[in-house]
Amino acid sequence: MQITSPDFKQNARIALQDVGLQKALGNVKTGFPHKRATAMARLPEFDQLRDEARDLKNHIIENLDLYLEAFESKVLENGGHVHWCRTSEDARKTILKICQEKNAKTVTKGKSMVTEEINLNEYLEANGVTPVETDLGEYILQLRGEHPSHIIAPAIHLNLEDVSETFHANHHKPKSMDPAVLMQEAREELRNKFVAADVGITGANFLVAETGSSIIVTNEGNGDLTQILPKTHIVVTSIEKVVPTLEDMTLFLRLLARSATGQEFTVYNTLSTGPRREGDQDGPEDYHVVLVDNGRSEMIASELREMLRCIRCAACMNHCPVYGAVGGHSYGWVYPGPMGSVLTPQMIGIEKGALLPNASTFCGKCESVCPVRIPLPKLMRYWRRNEFEKHLTPKAARWGIGVWGFFAKRPALYRQLSSFSNLALRTLGGKKARINKLPLASGWTDGRDMPAPSGKTFMQLWSEKQKNGASS
Amino acid sequence: MNTNKNQPVVGLFITCLADLYRPEVGFATVKLLEQSGCRVDVPTQQTCCGQPAFNTGDYSTTADIARQTIAAFDGFEYVVAPSGSCIGMLHHYPELFEDNDPWKARAEDLKKRAFEITSFLVDVLKIDDFKVDSNAPAFNGSVTYHDSCSGLRELGIKAQPRQLLAKVDGVELKEMEESETCCGFGGTFCVKYPDISNRMVGNKTQNIVDAGAKTLLGGDLGCLLNMAGKLQREGHAVEVRHVVEILAGMTDQPALGEAQSSVKAG
Ligand code: SF4
Repeated sequence: MQITSPDFKQNARIALQDVGLQKALGNVKTGFPHKRATAMARLPEFDQLRDEARDLKNHIIENLDLYLEAFESKVLENGGHVHWCRTSEDARKTILKICQEKNAKTVTKGKSMVTEEINLNEYLEANGVTPVETDLGEYILQLRGEHPSHIIAPAIHLNLEDVSETFHANHHKPKSMDPAVLMQEAREELRNKFVAADVGITGANFLVAETGSSIIVTNEGNGDLTQILPKTHIVVTSIEKVVPTLEDMTLFLRLLARSATGQEFTVYNTLSTGPRREGDQDGPEDYHVVLVDNGRSEMIASELREMLRCIRCAACMNHCPVYGAVGGHSYGWVYPGPMGSVLTPQMIGIEKGALLPNASTFCGKCESVCPVRIPLPKLMRYWRRNEFEKHLTPKAARWGIGVWGFFAKRPALYRQLSSFSNLALRTLGGKKARINKLPLASGWTDGRDMPAPSGKTFMQLWSEKQKNGASS
Repeated sequence: MNTNKNQPVVGLFITCLADLYRPEVGFATVKLLEQSGCRVDVPTQQTCCGQPAFNTGDYSTTADIARQTIAAFDGFEYVVAPSGSCIGMLHHYPELFEDNDPWKARAEDLKKRAFEITSFLVDVLKIDDFKVDSNAPAFNGSVTYHDSCSGLRELGIKAQPRQLLAKVDGVELKEMEESETCCGFGGTFCVKYPDISNRMVGNKTQNIVDAGAKTLLGGDLGCLLNMAGKLQREGHAVEVRHVVEILAGMTDQPALGEAQSSVKAG
């Protein structure tokens, strides 16, 4: 996947003008937050669960090696295989190797952001294995040659008309605007592919150390067919997904569903625990878990550690006014919104990702809804500091802060500067008391007026008042 | 003016924007504090809270400014500002210093003493018989209130201004949709990402206008300047004021960005 994060500003400008996208984004802003709020209101202990989840995640991260090893030994005991992959490339190669050993022509895939992160589809395709996305949203995107714009609702940037056209062009059936008809079409197309697939690849929402299970949650049931029908099931996931016990898992499932879609529970919660055993009716013959690190173990030792608590619920982006304005593709890589603004620089480098953690007003809404209480603004600020210390901050901004800082550290001069700016702004404002074109702040005045100061500075007036002895 | 020994001594942190754009906000804050029995002084060694540097990642400049602010307000029982955002920044100061740095303890101490004005009146002074100065011109009309982000989420300011406004005769509060959604100001954000900022404030003004109130109030001048500028550009008649202007009975001044001549009586 091509990285366009360095073009964030331009991406955003285009997105703001995109009528279809803006219409689609309207649904994110109203739909998800409302559903979450309703679900929360029905669970009085929600905030307490968030505290528990935060503490449990901290404990897991603290002992990540132990839980991962426990998970591994359970998987082996159950007859499965575990592959440890430090980089995206290791993971891609490992997965391809398994596919090649099975002579796989096609693989079906459940929704997985980690496979997006490691750019798996393009790689498989280039090596003669055809991946077939089976999540409806992902399926639509695959037909369109696009990537997800949201971590749980990948095609949220599209409208019904877009889907209708895409299906018409690919399925060669009469054009329909009826969601039920479109769904049926997708179902028919996918059914054969499910049956024909040699390998099924899914992600995992959680890995359970106590049993060696992985779990995926879906609302379509496509994950079940992906992992049960083919002879080989590969779980591709990242190391921070492990939880100690099944009971711990349910704590996170309760928070995940409510934070994500406002459901009390996701429709399908599918656990898989190793290959088919004797007497089992179905299930794969071979079961592999590919554990991807890709910079995560580095995060444990850094100030970004708290980000590893993330359970990928998307509440932060659903509530983010910046995401709501520009959509997920503007962020230019796999993970959008506040969580992406923290993760992306870690994974593609701050040099390329710096515009993302800067694209926040620090309004704090994301932190206020995060089920595991990740201080997202603080972590975005970490990146800004990192950027500044590496001298990557754009020159104009660095210079601006330098000049401003010079004055801010000298109170007497600062007051003179304020008085001067105050007079200048008042002069520009004239009788109207507002400015509609300010050369150095055209970004502001292109879209709005700038109210002019209403009088001298407070400090001037205050000291005049003190001198006149007029203090009350 | 009584000068009793138990009078709380408050240092006014004026904040850059109130200083530069709207001195009335400073005087209204002083008036409210004095009316509530405080002695107010304005230390001259103060400048900015340091937020622009902090949010740009320049921690060394931020720490310099923090030390200067801490020193400027030494000896004051309380530090009060007409801004949740700037007080929120003062609350970040301890993060700037290592544990063994003596400035850390001083920063922690400042944090305990620093309050936004409405929160100070309600939470610290616990004024429950709040009254607007009876000599002040009466304010009559409907208002809607924007909850600025830092005040709301860092300092828990939501009920306080509403509680005080409820005591003002003639004020009718008409809540807008999404009063807690960011207006898109964000300090340096509106300069770095003007297009996005402009869209966010456009969404905001839509909600403000839909609320149908005569006046928009808030507790942070940055947000208010942003929303006032947008409302005016879009040609809406909603006037914009800092909440202290109403509370202090200082609405005889033109609203933000309004010319002297357009002042209406009453
Ligand atoms: S950062 Fe928090 S809110 Fe955002 S996706 Fe992760 S868990 Fe959900």
